[in-house]
Amino acid sequence: MLSCKEVSVLLSQAQEQPLGLREQLGLRLHLVLCQGCANFRRQLDFMRAAIRRYRDGDAAH
Amino acid sequence: MSAPSNQDLQQYRSYLLRYALLQLRDHDLAEDAVQETLLAALEGRAQFSGRSSHKTWLTGILKHKIIDVMRRKSRERPLTSGDDQSEADAIDTLFKADGHWQRFPASWGNPEQSLENKKFWEIFELCSQLMPARAARVFMMREVMELTTGEICKELAITPTNLWVILHRARLSLRECLEIKWFGGAAK
Repeated sequence: MLSCKEVSVLLSQAQEQPLGLREQLGLRLHLVLCQGCANFRRQLDFMRAAIRRYRDGDAAH
Repeated sequence: MSAPSNQDLQQYRSYLLRYALLQLRDHDLAEDAVQETLLAALEGRAQFSGRSSHKTWLTGILKHKIIDVMRRKSRERPLTSGDDQSEADAIDTLFKADGHWQRFPASWGNPEQSLENKKFWEIFELCSQLMPARAARVFMMREVMELTTGEICKELAITPTNLWVILHRARLSLRECLEIKWFGGAAK
């Protein structure tokens, strides 16, 4: 079973490129059991969206 | 779309400056890159093909100017690979020896709501400025300029493994800051 640290690395890598099948499986197994890492995954997507919105000047400022 | 007028170009000034600042984190350097971009755009206006929007066209020029600035800067002060260990160490401090988080990432609820909040963007700006310099540079190349990992490795002469570690460090840093200063606090 993957540790949270390993999962965090994979989730970050998944922002760049598709993961292999085995990695995806390990990830899914971990994420159903670990709310902290599931939160982290959502936060990565959010941060990416936020920085692009900031860059493009669509932010409320 | 027709070739842009002076006025068209000036209207993108603040956008270009914000973009350049995110990447370069230095007001003078960012200002230089924007000036050079506007100048190149004015001089090259006749070559504007009309296939893209003015904004996309200007962004393309700006990216090249930013990369030029970064090259000049790194000739003066190169990115040293000696930082690799410290980046791995910084990641390690966020986890226990058995690989669990020291502090589990909290739920941010419905974070999209924060995008409409002016105060959130102040915190976001602050947190992006607080990222460690090298991590921030690589992260912004990826997230702001949207370069591919291959392009970044080539530009900075680092290995893909280095790149993963640095990007991961950057994301953990930004995440931690947003959680402490925004999502975990009273401002929610």
